[in-house]
Amino acid sequence: MTRKPNEARTVITGVGLTAPNGNNLAEFRKSLLTGKSGIQRFNVRYMGEVLAGVCHFDPLKYQKKKELRRGTRAGSAAIYCAQEAIADAKLDFASFDKSRIGVYVGITEHGNVETEKQIYEIKQFDYDTTFVSHHYNPRIVANNPAGEVTLNMGITGPHYTLGAACAGGNIGLIQGLQMLLLGEVDLALAGGVSETVHAFGAFASFRSEGALASHADPEKACRPFDKNRNGVVVSEGGCIYVVERLSDALRRGARIYCEIAGYAINSDAFDFVLPNAQRQAECMKLALSKAGIAAGDIDIINTHATGTREGDAAECRAIREVFGDHSNAYINNTKSYIGHTMGAAAALELAGNLPSFEDCIVHPTINVDQLDPECSFENLVINEPRKVDRVNYILNNSFGMLGINSVVIVKRFEG
Amino acid sequence: MTKQEIRSVLMEIVAQIIPDEDLTNLKGDIPIREQVELDSMDFLDIIMELRKRYGIEVPEDDYKQLATIDSSVAYLEPRMRKL
Repeated sequence: MTRKPNEARTVITGVGLTAPNGNNLAEFRKSLLTGKSGIQRFNVRYMGEVLAGVCHFDPLKYQKKKELRRGTRAGSAAIYCAQEAIADAKLDFASFDKSRIGVYVGITEHGNVETEKQIYEIKQFDYDTTFVSHHYNPRIVANNPAGEVTLNMGITGPHYTLGAACAGGNIGLIQGLQMLLLGEVDLALAGGVSETVHAFGAFASFRSEGALASHADPEKACRPFDKNRNGVVVSEGGCIYVVERLSDALRRGARIYCEIAGYAINSDAFDFVLPNAQRQAECMKLALSKAGIAAGDIDIINTHATGTREGDAAECRAIREVFGDHSNAYINNTKSYIGHTMGAAAALELAGNLPSFEDCIVHPTINVDQLDPECSFENLVINEPRKVDRVNYILNNSFGMLGINSVVIVKRFEG
Repeated sequence: MTKQEIRSVLMEIVAQIIPDEDLTNLKGDIPIREQVELDSMDFLDIIMELRKRYGIEVPEDDYKQLATIDSSVAYLEPRMRKL
């Protein structure tokens, strides 16, 4: 394969995140290596106590109280992550041309939280719609989480969100790299966010589907690949990356976490909610082909598995189809710790694995007490971290409703 | 409500709407927006709070009468006297 020029290669040079078990990459990684879950009991309007992954970042670190009052939880998470990512990238942000920065934020959905809140508010006034807040529209427009970042940081380049169900975080990242390669921007703030836990809708709908996880111990509720898994734990979160063209990153002597080596997005064209292993496999193969590598080159597969019976099994079938029954790649899962952070999931789960390039440790998936034979792989890393010789490539799966599949492959950077 | 009570309610509402501002030296006879950062969306929050808390409707034509704390108290007093 011909080596691409540095202008045609993109790299991650900053990470900002908030997860239910950590508010920066170091904290998050520590939690993933020590088995620390972020799932707790949480009160939701109309439903009472549910199990959820809730973030505990300090929004006032980067926002004024008034901004916080005006904006949304998703906007707040996006601002926190974007600011942390810029700080982590050690950019001279003050002198950077703000019109050349793009903000691309993946979301599963947006607006439910505010809509439910407004309906609850006007219910107190017998549904008199004159009590609907004038802040409602700017809070529910689909670009809100990305737009709040630009307002907060004075960024004048493009901003928008990418609605992609639970694949949102990968799609945001892919959009960022595409805009860099098109020359539309010189720096992308790209990833995903979710505020889903602040609305009852997702919990209630998963429950009606029979797909909401329950367990006496909240920390054991999300259990992908376990025989007794019983559904999804709904969570919030955010993860935004600083992505640059390699040429720019090298010029400013940036610390490079990894190169984005390949990616793919496809559609099942099959069902509203059921997964399709064949299309998932096709998506992984397409990403491998774009990266110019073979399945055997992948060292870690970070699975999408959410802890549903059908979903986990389908993904395992797809992995077998691509990697064979005796995959060399180590397989893990991050949702077992933090639940399903929806629009943030793909970006967050990738972030949790990036330190493996340096520490050569694969974080495990937790809560597997009885492995489901349908989900059994020799190299599934269960409950204990695995020390390995070297990590060159990580493949990150993320799939969503309406049959959207996404795969991102990142590569150890070696100049 | 007395004028003094109306004044303290107004100050409480303004403090809630612009929580980052120091209101200790806010003068009653100078337009609020000339003293602190309070934009049109914030102003609408004052109108909404009055509606929610006391059922008071302030027509758009009367908004200018709420420019200062003193003029607001004068405008609201006949409407809140019996509360």
